[in-house]
Amino acid sequence: MIAEALAGTRIAITGCTGFVGTALVERLLRCVPDCELVLLVRPGKRHSAAERVRREILKNDAFDRLRAQLAGSAEPFEQMAARRITTVAGDVTGDMLGLDQHDRTILAGCDIVIHSAAAVSFDSPLDTAVEINLMGPVRIAETLRALGVTPHLVAVSTCYVAGNRRGRAPEELVSAGPFDIGLSWRAEVAAARRLRADLEDRSRTPERLHGFRTEAREELGAAGTPALAAKTEQIREKWVDHELVEAGRARAASVGWPDAYAFTKALGEQALTETKGDVPVSIVRPSIIESAVAEPHPGWIRGFRMAEPVILSYARGLLSEFPGVPEGTVDVIPVDLVVAAIIAVAALGPQRAPFITQVASGSTNPLHYGTLVDNVREWFTQHPLYDAKGQPIDVPQFRFPGRGRVQGQLHRAQTAITRSERFLQKLPLRGKQAEWSARLEEKRLDIDRALQYVELYGLYTECEAIYAVDNLLTIWDGMDDHDRATFCIDPRVVDWPRYIRETHLPSVVKHGRVRTAPGKSTSESRPTRLRRQILEPSRHVAAFDLENTLIASNVVESYSWLATRRLNQADKVRYTLRTLREAPSLLALDRRDRSDFLRFFYQRYEDAPVEQIATDARELFSQLILTKSFPAGIRRVRAHRAAGHRTVLITGAMDFVVEPLRPLFDEIIAAEMTVRPDGTYSGQLTGVPPTGETRAQILADYCDAEGLRLDESVAYADSTSDLPLLEAVGFPVAVNPETRLAAIARKRGWLVEHWAKSPGAPRPLLPLAPTRSRTAGRP
Amino acid sequence: MPRPGFVLDVDRSTPPTLFWRGEGFSLEKLPADRSRVIYPAEPLPAIDDVDGAIRHALLHPVDSDPLPALLFPGMKLTIAFDDVSLPLPKMRKPDIRQRVIEAVLDLAAEAGVDDVHIIAALALHRRMHEFELRHAVGDRVYDAFAPRGLLYQHDAEDPAGLAFLGATPQGEEVEINKRAAESDLLVYVNINLVAMDGGWKSTATGLASYRSLRHHHNPATMQASRSFMDQHRSELHKSNWRMGKVMRDHGPKVFQIETTLNTDTFPKGFEFLSRREWEWTMRDRASYLGVKKSLDRTPAKLARKIFHSIEAPHQMTSVQAGEVEAVHRITTEHVFAQQLVEVRGQTDILTMGIPYISPYNVHSILNPILVMCMGLGYYFNMYRGMPLVREGGVVIMTHPCPPDFHPVHHPSYIDFYEQVLSETTDPVRMSTEFEERFATDDWYRHLYRTSYAYHGVHPFYMWYWGSHGLQHVARTIIVGGDPKTVRRLGFTPASTLDDALEIASDVVGRSATITHLHTPPLMVADVS
Repeated sequence: MIAEALAGTRIAITGCTGFVGTALVERLLRCVPDCELVLLVRPGKRHSAAERVRREILKNDAFDRLRAQLAGSAEPFEQMAARRITTVAGDVTGDMLGLDQHDRTILAGCDIVIHSAAAVSFDSPLDTAVEINLMGPVRIAETLRALGVTPHLVAVSTCYVAGNRRGRAPEELVSAGPFDIGLSWRAEVAAARRLRADLEDRSRTPERLHGFRTEAREELGAAGTPALAAKTEQIREKWVDHELVEAGRARAASVGWPDAYAFTKALGEQALTETKGDVPVSIVRPSIIESAVAEPHPGWIRGFRMAEPVILSYARGLLSEFPGVPEGTVDVIPVDLVVAAIIAVAALGPQRAPFITQVASGSTNPLHYGTLVDNVREWFTQHPLYDAKGQPIDVPQFRFPGRGRVQGQLHRAQTAITRSERFLQKLPLRGKQAEWSARLEEKRLDIDRALQYVELYGLYTECEAIYAVDNLLTIWDGMDDHDRATFCIDPRVVDWPRYIRETHLPSVVKHGRVRTAPGKSTSESRPTRLRRQILEPSRHVAAFDLENTLIASNVVESYSWLATRRLNQADKVRYTLRTLREAPSLLALDRRDRSDFLRFFYQRYEDAPVEQIATDARELFSQLILTKSFPAGIRRVRAHRAAGHRTVLITGAMDFVVEPLRPLFDEIIAAEMTVRPDGTYSGQLTGVPPTGETRAQILADYCDAEGLRLDESVAYADSTSDLPLLEAVGFPVAVNPETRLAAIARKRGWLVEHWAKSPGAPRPLLPLAPTRSRTAGRP
Repeated sequence: MPRPGFVLDVDRSTPPTLFWRGEGFSLEKLPADRSRVIYPAEPLPAIDDVDGAIRHALLHPVDSDPLPALLFPGMKLTIAFDDVSLPLPKMRKPDIRQRVIEAVLDLAAEAGVDDVHIIAALALHRRMHEFELRHAVGDRVYDAFAPRGLLYQHDAEDPAGLAFLGATPQGEEVEINKRAAESDLLVYVNINLVAMDGGWKSTATGLASYRSLRHHHNPATMQASRSFMDQHRSELHKSNWRMGKVMRDHGPKVFQIETTLNTDTFPKGFEFLSRREWEWTMRDRASYLGVKKSLDRTPAKLARKIFHSIEAPHQMTSVQAGEVEAVHRITTEHVFAQQLVEVRGQTDILTMGIPYISPYNVHSILNPILVMCMGLGYYFNMYRGMPLVREGGVVIMTHPCPPDFHPVHHPSYIDFYEQVLSETTDPVRMSTEFEERFATDDWYRHLYRTSYAYHGVHPFYMWYWGSHGLQHVARTIIVGGDPKTVRRLGFTPASTLDDALEIASDVVGRSATITHLHTPPLMVADVS
């Protein structure tokens, strides 16, 4: 009688925001009405531990069933949960689990501690995996010892601690079995920590830092120092983590485990055994945990597990080959069986519970790889996913090649795509063309992901161990009918084909947020939604860049137009030749630094009469600016005004060039030149031209001065040099983005607009003005 | 003696008929025994001594004192002239307006008048480019007046530049150019290409503001104008004439000078465009083939440029001056003498080839809205008596109809196409729901006043222009048009004329009669 055995107990649980943890909390609350729970939760960056319990655990749909049961009763769900759950803020990677004095007393008052916190991700950096999976159990045992208490510690581990082996894997410590190679867990912990320190050092060598900076610049372009610095640091940190992931994988493989997760878990079991002292310990080892077969409801799953990404990649037609043999066993176990087993072990108590209980299906009710694949294929043939155009996706015939071949293919594709991506990024592409590159990047991410699956899960398919479940079945045999109905732990009850088709796949598809209906989506598309959001009346400011955002022109063109307005034909030819000769060096300067370029270039306006420029600028507006404008862009500016937003133009162009655009904007921030007493321009700018990161500052200052909010503002720009501006606002919009910005916008889910010149616009070959007649009237 | 226009019944031996398709054309075989083609009259002979005729008209005006008698030193004299929308295509230099204005200026100089303003009467049209002004008035007049700011363009949105003269008994407000209104004499220099032009429409429309124009440029008036070419059955003209009365009572003295042109439309090398197909010579056939082949290979933009550089050999057939209404009566007679073609009975299907040009896209693009306006606004209305096509019939146009717009000339058209036509093609609904917003928009106003844009409300007017046609015909089909654009206009796309006739048979049956309007050159069908 499990519920009775646990009645009146206080159970502490770690890892309850995870898949198993959530199910465990739910089952205990629902099926063991008289126990109390102490949840040890790590406070998040934004939310406290208690808040995380409320948001991340109790709001999960696992609790729907219990909530419905209690609705209208004397004690509804929320009250019941408040009465029975105590949350303590803690962290298994900290000394004394990071508990304060008060919380330590609470922990000390617990009868049972269930430790299910783990770094389950297969690509955790080695040191993270070590701190959580290996040192986690040790710290719990140490904390309990320090508190002088001996509650029953039930530690959740994994069957895969057995390592890469063929044949029977019994329910015993690996270190106690015949394959032990005598590893010292202490040495591994020290090595992992040292490695982190080493890599931190190595990542700071001048060569590496230079490399990271180059990489950041390649990705962002001339985005300004602050943005580049942030990116460089991010790349460095990523590099260190990546090296640690690789190190973990290599170390695990070298000593016979599929990955760092299984490796650290195995050492964790060993370490726990050595350090537990008087604390009675039971270990529960599930195999691959998948969606629930029945409890709390069939198909319940939390987060994306091992097999789902692979299954969805296959259903999307991305993956047609996966290493493995059809007759091989995939050891899958539904989560509700795992949770029931943990509770059953806890209920038996330290004396009667087996030291190690494996919860797996391979030995009693094996699911063969071939069966899995056939059922998946059949199901997706009947229930296809749909592509973006609403067409059903045909699932490929699955083949079972060796791992090496699949990896080889993927590696080749990855190399080819990475190369074309680099090449495309170097081309001056914009708008729709830049999308190619974004599409390529998406393809590359798909391949990266597929490669990861193959590398990681492929290892598991090679692991052909059969996990013995003798202890589990002994517990099952000792259970009465009531317990068997409430806490089913028997892997033999699962009807695999039915489970796959009726329970698991529908759940995977539901959680995968994929298209399951034909035809175009009737719901609002993402761009439409974003467009609606940016035009909501609650927005404050809409800031626009000019060149390539509202018009397809640049400062050189407007200068050329103005400069040739009063030249005769022969001088125009000379001007053109001179400018063409200078073009490469101007372009190079522009790429290096926008402000330097503008300062250098604007010197050409030296001696230009202010009045004449003003006259000619009006004609320039009609003949060049409007001709090259994007009507949809101008419509958007006007839509913002109509919605009551302030509109701001921030441009490196000269003020007299953009003056005719004034009716569109509340504020125009442009480059300005000093005027000499004789009424000519000096060629010197009055201040720093508004480019790059200064634009973000200008907009921030404007908002400050006007009492408006940046996070309620919209910014439109076309290039990564405007990244600081785009990042500063709440609603960034990339307009005709060049390749790099297109990639960034795509990654961050920004709205991307493709605005074009009017198809009928005249397209002069060179931006030269028709010569103004000396007797021209009022322009 | 030029031959009059006539109606050809198509039989098996009739050669294929020329259809304009924007910046191109095709030869189409019309079904025998149920089709007819209306050909315009050949160009009437021109007046040999143009300058003499002008001077004669100024010295011997109709119902008015001679011009010299109206001129005196110290007076304010304003000369207004028709803008770039007339004539089509633009005429070879010297433009008739230049000759008339020079004659008027000579008389003014003789009389010692030194306060002279010359104003382009462009209503809500775009401002003219310098080269267009020079073409219309000539370099001499331009160089003498423009640099001193005495030659300029009417600004219907300049609050300080308008004068309110009063309202008609129907409540129609008359507001015109202030300088013109306050002048001792307003001389209006007109070109009457079609019967719709001239009369009080010159001043009451050409020099007016939106406040004034909205009283007759609206769906109700347009639908009640049967047709624009028949002044006595045109609500548009009745309104202008009522406003004319207000001007006569409260406005400046108007001295109207009207001219008519013959239909000599196409220069050497393009004559085949005005010839009857069975009379094509070997040379005509060769130039047709040559022009067509090279046009097929020319990008649209270049083809547009080539066509808009065509200058017509138009010649003056009459000039009369004096009191507005009396002058206009004579003018209309001259226009009809050139353009009327007698036609018996209506047709089930009216076909028309839409050319590259309309009054609103000189040196620009015939955008989709102007295609609609040309078809259902202009060609549909080229009748006197009753419409060529019966009520519930079908109109078939040929035009490529790309979604191309000139960003400088037609900015509000672009937004009209995207924001209004995507919601409705009903003139009444758009006039109540959208017109006001476009008409009073600051940005469009800015572009109209300082750049070269048509007024914000102009695309609405173009759409209203076709509102009688829209109401009258059951279906409009555009052959060879971009399907998406054609559907946006609310019309049916078809790839060939045969397909279009097949589609039309759903509405008018399989043995429907077909009439093709073989224009340009211009004509007006006198339907009995």
